[in-house]
Amino acid sequence: MLLAVFSDIHGNRQAFEACLKVARARGAERFILLGDFVGYGADPEWVVDTAMELVAQGAVAVRGNHDQAVNSSAETMNAEAQVAIEWTRGRLDTAQRRFLAELPMLVEDGDRLFVHSEASSPRSWHYIRSTADAAKSLIATPAHVTFCGHIHRPAIYSMSVTAKMTGLVPKTDVSVPLLRGRQWLAVLGSVGQPRDSDPSAAFVLFDTVSCQITYCRAPYDIETAASRIRENGLPHWLADRLSLGR
Amino acid sequence: MPKPLVKSGAEIDGYTIGECVHAGGMATLWTVTHPDIDLPLLMKIPRASEGEDPASIVSFEMEMMILPRLAGPHVPACFGTGDFAHQAYAVIERIPGTTLYKRLPDLPLPYEEVRQLVAKIATALADLHRQNVIHHDIKPSSIMFRDSGEAVLIDYGLSHHNHLPDLLQEEFRLPYGTAPYMAPERLLGVRDDPRSDLFSLGVLLYFFTTGERPFGEGETLRAMRRRLWRDPYPPRGMRADYPSWLQEVVLRCLEIEPVWRYPTASQLAFDLAHPDQVKLTARSERLKRDPLSVAWRRRFNQGVMAPRAKSDVAAQIASSPIVAVALDTVEGAPELNEALRVTTERILATLPSARLACVNVLKLNRIAIDKTLDEQGSNKHIDRLVALRHWATPLKLDESRLSVHVLEAVDPATALLEFAEMNSVDHLIIGARQNSFRRTWLGSVSAKVAAEATCTVTVVRPPRMDAAKPDVGVIWG
Repeated sequence: MLLAVFSDIHGNRQAFEACLKVARARGAERFILLGDFVGYGADPEWVVDTAMELVAQGAVAVRGNHDQAVNSSAETMNAEAQVAIEWTRGRLDTAQRRFLAELPMLVEDGDRLFVHSEASSPRSWHYIRSTADAAKSLIATPAHVTFCGHIHRPAIYSMSVTAKMTGLVPKTDVSVPLLRGRQWLAVLGSVGQPRDSDPSAAFVLFDTVSCQITYCRAPYDIETAASRIRENGLPHWLADRLSLGR
Repeated sequence: MPKPLVKSGAEIDGYTIGECVHAGGMATLWTVTHPDIDLPLLMKIPRASEGEDPASIVSFEMEMMILPRLAGPHVPACFGTGDFAHQAYAVIERIPGTTLYKRLPDLPLPYEEVRQLVAKIATALADLHRQNVIHHDIKPSSIMFRDSGEAVLIDYGLSHHNHLPDLLQEEFRLPYGTAPYMAPERLLGVRDDPRSDLFSLGVLLYFFTTGERPFGEGETLRAMRRRLWRDPYPPRGMRADYPSWLQEVVLRCLEIEPVWRYPTASQLAFDLAHPDQVKLTARSERLKRDPLSVAWRRRFNQGVMAPRAKSDVAAQIASSPIVAVALDTVEGAPELNEALRVTTERILATLPSARLACVNVLKLNRIAIDKTLDEQGSNKHIDRLVALRHWATPLKLDESRLSVHVLEAVDPATALLEFAEMNSVDHLIIGARQNSFRRTWLGSVSAKVAAEATCTVTVVRPPRMDAAKPDVGVIWG
C-alpha cells in the first residue's frame, strides 16, 4: 500500500491542497497526518475540517504542539507563534477544537510508528537535530520505521543492530529503500512552512511492501497563502518566510 | 537470524540453486536458474551467521540498496534481492570469464595493452559516477570484461551512493577496503569524493605497467598512512623506456590531494585515448621521489590541510564536463568562427574544470585518392592542427584543459557523432553554415549532429548584422 505522509501543515490551505493533489495523482491510498494542523497560517478552519474528513475516511492523525496549544495555555511558544495561536483559537469552533484535543500523541500501525516530534518523550516536543537525537527516539521503540516532523527539515536516520547510526538528507523524488534488519527514523519536511531553503510544500510517499520512501515537493500558490496571512493581521514575518523557505 | 536455506537444489523465491562457485570472506556465490530469465545467473549470499564479521552484513546491505539501481553495460544486471528477514541474497547476471586478478602473474604488461585496459575501466568508472555511485574498491579482482569489450565493475559492498544512506560511514572507525589501492583521503574518513576511485585506478595502472605496487602491500594502518605524505617512486626511475605521457597520467592519478588528480574519470579516459595530447608537466620527467624535506613538510602539516567541502558526486561531474567544439578552419566564415569562440568562452567561464576538445574534419573524397600534401606541398593534417590551436589561443586555456583533433572522414556529421560518443563528450558546440550552396547540396552537418547526438548540442549562428525590418507592405487581417 502507498502511504502519503504529511506533517506541519500549519493552516496553509494552498500548500496542503497542492500536496493532496500530487499525492493522489501519484497513487497514494492512505493518508497519515503527523500533527501541527494549525498555527502560523491563515486557514486553520479549512485545514482542520479537511483533516477531520480524511480521518473519517480512515486517515491516521496525531497531535502536534500547536494543536495542543489551541486548547492549553500551558504550552510555551515564541512570540509570533503565540500571536498566531491566539488568533487561531478564536477562529475554531467547538467541534474543531475537540478534534485537536482528542488527537493521540502517537499511533502504532504494524511495524510503523507515527508521532509529531519523536518517540522517546512525545510530550516534551524535542527536535531531531542530530544522529544522537535520532538514536534516542529509535531506542525508545521497536518499530521498523518511525515517521515524525516538528523540525520542518527533511532527514533520514538509521540505526543498525549494533546501534551504529547513519544520517542522510534525502534528495527529492529519489526513493530510498528502508532495509529490514535495521531501524529507521524518517523526519519529514513541512507542508505549510518549509524551513530547508526550498519554499515548496514537503511530504512523503512510503510503499509498505517494498519499504521504499520517497521525499516529494509540491509547488503551490505562495502569494495567496502569504497575502491571507497579511490580510488577517498576523505577523508579517510569517508571510515573508514562506517564499524564503525558512 | 534464520539458518541459511542455501544448498544445491533448494529453491528461493523461484530461483533454483545450482553449485557454489566461490566462497569468499564476505559472501558465497552460487549459480542459479529461474524459469523466466534466460541468462546465466549468480546468487550472492552474505556470510551472516553468528560470529561472522558485522562488516559482511553492512556491506551486503549497501549492495542490496545499490545494485538494483545501477544500469548499463559496465555493471552486472541485478534481477532481485532478498532481505535479512528471510534469506538475504542478490541475484545478478553471471559475467563469463575471469577478473583482472588472473593477470597478476603476467605483470608488467605491455604499455599499450595497459593503456587500453585502463581506458576501458575509466570509461566504466565514469558511467558509475554518473549514476552517483563511488565504487571504493577498485582493484583487479573487482574488474571483468564483457566479450564485447566493455569493462564491468563488480562488488559494491564498500560503495557510496550519493543519494542513499551510507551505512559504512559510521559503522567502522577504521577505513574499510583493500589497503594497497586505498586513496589517502579514505584514511581520513572521506567517503564522498569520486576522485578516490581515480587514485585506486592509478595504483592499478602503476602496478600493471611496472609490476610493483606504488605503496607496497602494507596492511597496517601505519603503513597505509604513509601515503598521506610520501609519494611513490616515479616509474621512469625504474623503467627507462617508460613513456613520459604515461608517467604524467599515472602520477596525476596518484596525487595525494584529490584536487590535483583528474577531475573526472571521463577526463582520464580522454587522456588515455589520446596519449599524444597529454599535457606533460614536471611530473612526466621525474626520476626520483620528492626530497625528504618536502615529504616531511607534508607529514607534519597534515593538520593544516584545507578543510574539505562536502562533495556532491553529481555536482563534481557536472562542473568538469568534456566540451567539444567543431570548427571549419578552412572554409568556415570568420564571423561564424568568432561566434563559436564567444559561445565557447561563455560556456567555459562557468566551468573551471571543463576541458575543451577542438575538432576539425578533414573531408576525404569518396572516389579520388587523397593526397596528404596540398598543392603547396604542406601537410594538410598538421596545418589544421595549427589552425585549431590558433583559434583556441584567445581562450587562454591551460594546456592540460585543451586538445586539438583532426578527424579524417567522408561524412563530417558521422565523424563528429562518433568522436562525441567515443570520448564521452558532454556538450558539443557546432556552427550552422548560413545560406550556403554546400548546405543545400550536402545537407546540414549541424542539423544531423543536433538530431542524433546523445549529448547536449549547441548550434551557433553568427549574430545578425541587420535588425529584421518589419514587413510594412503587408496588412495583417
